[in-house]
Amino acid sequence: MFNRDRWNEIIQALTANKLRTFLTAFGVFWGILILVLLLALTNGLRTGVTMEFANQATNTMFMWGQSTSMPYKGLNKGRRVQFKIADVGVLKEKMPQLKYVSPRLQLGGYNGSNNVTRQEKTGAFQVYGDYPEFINQRYMDILKGRWLNYSDIQKEMKNAVIGTDVVKQLYDIGEEPIGTYIQIQGVNFKVVGVFENPNTQGNNEEEANTIFIPFSSFARAFNSGDNVGWMAITAYDEYSITDIKPAVFAIMREQRTVHPDDQRAIGNFDLAERLAKLTGLFSVLSLVGYVVGALVLLSGGIGISNIMLIVVKERTNEIGVRRALGATPWTIKKQILQESLVLTIISGLAGIAVAAGVIWLMNYLLDQSGPVENFANPTVNIVVIGIALVILIIAGLLAGFIPASRATQMKPVDALRTE
Amino acid sequence: MIEISNLHKSYKTGSNYLHVLKGIDFSVKEGELVAIMGSSGSGKSTLLNILGMLDEADEGSYVLDGVPIKNLNEKIAAKYRNKFLGFIFQSFNLISYKNAMDNVALPLYYQKVGRRERDERAMHYLEKVGLADWADHLPNQLSGGQKQRVAIARALASDPKVLLADEPTGALDTKTSYEVMDLIQGINEEGRTILVVTHEPDIAQMTKRIVNLKDGRIIDDTLVDQVKALSHV
Repeated sequence: MFNRDRWNEIIQALTANKLRTFLTAFGVFWGILILVLLLALTNGLRTGVTMEFANQATNTMFMWGQSTSMPYKGLNKGRRVQFKIADVGVLKEKMPQLKYVSPRLQLGGYNGSNNVTRQEKTGAFQVYGDYPEFINQRYMDILKGRWLNYSDIQKEMKNAVIGTDVVKQLYDIGEEPIGTYIQIQGVNFKVVGVFENPNTQGNNEEEANTIFIPFSSFARAFNSGDNVGWMAITAYDEYSITDIKPAVFAIMREQRTVHPDDQRAIGNFDLAERLAKLTGLFSVLSLVGYVVGALVLLSGGIGISNIMLIVVKERTNEIGVRRALGATPWTIKKQILQESLVLTIISGLAGIAVAAGVIWLMNYLLDQSGPVENFANPTVNIVVIGIALVILIIAGLLAGFIPASRATQMKPVDALRTE
Repeated sequence: MIEISNLHKSYKTGSNYLHVLKGIDFSVKEGELVAIMGSSGSGKSTLLNILGMLDEADEGSYVLDGVPIKNLNEKIAAKYRNKFLGFIFQSFNLISYKNAMDNVALPLYYQKVGRRERDERAMHYLEKVGLADWADHLPNQLSGGQKQRVAIARALASDPKVLLADEPTGALDTKTSYEVMDLIQGINEEGRTILVVTHEPDIAQMTKRIVNLKDGRIIDDTLVDQVKALSHV
């Protein structure tokens, strides 16, 4: 279809009026540039926001006890629901879909701070009692030493894994924290590991401001008995935590003697649901990007169509001559369509190339200036480029279609008579 | 070569019909050089357009080289034009952004002749009209006479049965006109059938037969003693 002669014909026709060809091409160039950039920015936003979720298992919910809102089995309403360590075993046994059920304890209230001292230095940190599985729900890089293990739990070892900020505040530069002791509310714990959050974005400061100690040691040292503060529950990938959480609540209500219809007794934060909402939001944003970009591209296409109409009109006589010399109507149409297509595709490819350059520049500047909240790594994948090209080809064909059919509407004799 | 009988053609202008051709009977044998004369509005151009399959008659029959030309769709008409006919226009109608050789090669392009052969044949016909040295010139770099000679070369390129020339010398001065007519006579000498529409008597005298049209009818059809154009140059 595309032999050398046809190319020559097209190039001859397009270069006959270079400025006009350039201006026409610019419309499509601009359209595709906007389309690709919009999608890239949407992607950057999406990457930036979902990165917050990247350092945790997302098929996860957090669950805690609140106050009952219904009387049940002789118990008054307004009673505080307190999870117990035995509930964890029951949940795991009754719900094999659950991958991890980590009971957690926290010193003080939520977001409370505690005094931790080491020799003369003190600091306010968050202290959690945890099981070893928790690292699979909230990812951490162990920089030195090790993470908590079951031996720590069974032997109620007074070991601690501390964040990098803790090290900064309690230790001199170059001092080795592993093997040293820190006092948490007067109880001595031995530092066995230092962790950092893999994702250096958002609220990592707060994360690194944390001390993890074995759950059992926490209970013993701070007298929480068999209480559980709250639970971090992750389901296997095949099951959605959002789908199975009602069953989890039902078990917990039974365990804690709560009325089966009492919706308020157990609170939860569903990470999976939150992420799904965000994903939905970004799908909508992408769609908006596509629609706006396609519309801008459409106006470029209309520009091409417009110019091709003028070109066809200007070349009425030439088309008449060509038909007198033996060009069939389809040959003429094909030529117009191909001119329009070539113009569209070349300007579109230029647009994509420039967009790629702009995206590269954005990434370069982001790299230089450090992370920006909620925005990272704007990219457009090859599939999107493919879609943009398909849109371009369709636009080119549509743009050429009306002029092409107009070109052969006239009888050759009338076309020849036109000057 | 050409057989037409009882050819009618009318145009609609507003609410009236303009009857342009009112029953033309006419035939041309192979190797003839015919002038079609008449004042403007006599229907000579309409006749030529119908002969050239650029327009269709309302009534009557037209047989070209044994092929009846009737109810053609545009695709077949284009094929026939390409195969049977070569056109020479008053205003040359060269394609402005193509050089002389590409213009000449255009009918061959539509015949899907390969590039090399096309260029060879185009060059051959350019040599024939004496413009081989101008092969890569654009039309606006050529004089009127040269343009018409390129157009003649183009008309010859597809080796057609009949050449149709619509006022071929209408845009040229006398001297150039005679040069072009000399070329046309030479082509006719080689045996090609040529029809020339003209309103200039001296040009008509350079053909072998003059057909006079008036108000859509043939009023006169005579063989003439051909005046050689060369004698005027």
